[in-house]
Amino acid sequence: MNVYLHRILHKVFLIEKLMQINTFKTFLLSLFLTISFFGYAVEIKEGNIDKTEDEKPFNVKDLIFHHITDSHSFHVYGNTEDHFPKALTISLPVLLWTENGLVTFMSSEFHHDVEGKTIVERKGLKFINLHEKIYQLNDGVSVVEFDKQTHPTNAARPADFSITKNVFSMFLSMILLLFIFITAARSYKKSSSNMPSGIGKFMEPIIVFIRDEVAIPNIGEKKYEKYMPFLLTIFFFIWINNVMGLIPFFPFSSNLSGNISFTFTLATITFIITLFSSRKYYWKHILWMPGLPVPMKLFLMPIEIIGMFVKPIALMIRLFANITAGHVIILSLISLIFILNTIWVAPLSVLFSLFISVIEVLVVAIQAYIFTMLSALYFGQALEEEH
Amino acid sequence: MSLALLQEATINFGPLAAIGAGLAAIGGGIGVGKIGAAAMEAMARQPEMQGKLQGSAIVLIAFIEAVALFGIVVAFLAT
Amino acid sequence: MDNPLVSPELGLIFWTTLSFAILLFILKKFAWKPILGAITEREEGIKDALASAEKAKLEMENLTADNERILKEARAEREALLKEAREIKNKMISDAKDEAQIQAGKMIEQAKTAIESEKKAAMAELKNQVAELSVDIAEKVVRAELSNKDRQLKLVEDILEEATLN
Repeated sequence: MNVYLHRILHKVFLIEKLMQINTFKTFLLSLFLTISFFGYAVEIKEGNIDKTEDEKPFNVKDLIFHHITDSHSFHVYGNTEDHFPKALTISLPVLLWTENGLVTFMSSEFHHDVEGKTIVERKGLKFINLHEKIYQLNDGVSVVEFDKQTHPTNAARPADFSITKNVFSMFLSMILLLFIFITAARSYKKSSSNMPSGIGKFMEPIIVFIRDEVAIPNIGEKKYEKYMPFLLTIFFFIWINNVMGLIPFFPFSSNLSGNISFTFTLATITFIITLFSSRKYYWKHILWMPGLPVPMKLFLMPIEIIGMFVKPIALMIRLFANITAGHVIILSLISLIFILNTIWVAPLSVLFSLFISVIEVLVVAIQAYIFTMLSALYFGQALEEEH
Repeated sequence: MSLALLQEATINFGPLAAIGAGLAAIGGGIGVGKIGAAAMEAMARQPEMQGKLQGSAIVLIAFIEAVALFGIVVAFLAT
Repeated sequence: MDNPLVSPELGLIFWTTLSFAILLFILKKFAWKPILGAITEREEGIKDALASAEKAKLEMENLTADNERILKEARAEREALLKEAREIKNKMISDAKDEAQIQAGKMIEQAKTAIESEKKAAMAELKNQVAELSVDIAEKVVRAELSNKDRQLKLVEDILEEATLN
């Protein structure tokens, strides 16, 4: 205790000394020192916390994972774990394809249990929710058992087509997109001179940008029209889901575009379209690179084949990791208040997370643009003819 | 007993993965920094090319970033 | 592959594919086609308008050029006309001058010949008169002189002498 006090006093002395030198540097330093000061404060306090049994230590990793992974119910507010009276959770339908056919029930049947203790019985099958993954217990088993790595040993996963939080969010984004663009399209029809009004006026420059800066330079003046619907749909689909992920309250806030299943699907669609639009030259380029000696051709062939698959994989990982990273950073900054266990760090946390949020607004648009741009680039490469 | 210990020992890749992710981030950071510097310089030399330079700089950054993100995803896979 | 972040879920893949397919289909039919069509149509319209404006400008330029040309021609013509007129004037003046000169020359010539003939006539008359007078004088002298023989001889002698002297 005495040592900490001494250190703090030393730092205060240092701050005062620095004050006279440079105000900006001092500001930064004091910011840094404030954080470390709170760090010490927690260290002092932690000793007390460990002794009290009823209060669980705060686990950042669990909190962040809970927020960025998918879930079967939409948590609006409140603390569900303690059955806090004010907690509100929207329960979503669970759809499972099992050996006895389709099984449906609402996720509220699990009573917010994610440890596999509550068993839901439907069509003679028993289901548990284990960390937001539905498991089906084997025949004659009534309690789930785990191995050392916490994998269940006597349960298997059925094909899960549930309307999860992410799927719900995706449907919402679909409705929004359909509403926005059908309204926009209607505004063109209404005017006699093809001039849009309202939302169409806002969307037109973006559509023209995708056409003039993404499609035409990469695919070419002649063939770009066939790919425009896909490029526009994928751009706005990714963008709106990215933006919806940034809004931190119900019915938004789900991390759909930071989910690898989502990016995997979109990247696969891009890959399939690339393969379907490929010409002879594309394959010649991959399998038998023209204009090189034979040993070099043999050497390049496997590299080019790997490259063919790496492109969509990079597309998948780029979007997933960028959006997830954004969510993780903001959540970590907010978690700082609970890690350091003091309200005084809150202004700083909020300020930083606001700053990161503003950057994220830019990043989500750029990520949607990059996904579209690279898709167009790959289509352009596939369409290339021998010159 | 010794096998179980070995298994126990090989499970926790967490710290190593974190170091790996950090190294990947350093590499990506250097790459992106170089692109940014070159793009800035080019823009200062030819301000009329700003639009084109910005577009290609963003795409190049995306390529470099993908490499760093691969590292981070591998770190995820290890944990 | 334990990490839930990097393990794809079948359900979400299924719903994403379905959603994207539906979205692509509906938006293509009811949004992208009309919007892109309208944009293209409008751009074509603008392009056409610009082209026709350009054409009109060209025509205007042609017209101005024509006008300029006509004006230039007219100016040149006027110039030529003026020049011709000036030339004619000069010619007329010079012609008149020449004529006058010739006329004057002729008159002078005539006058000269008249004077000459007058002079000749006058000379002839003078000669006649002198001859008559001399004959008269000579008659009188001869009359006076020839009264005396000596004197006659002497005269003949003088005349002869004179004649030889000539």
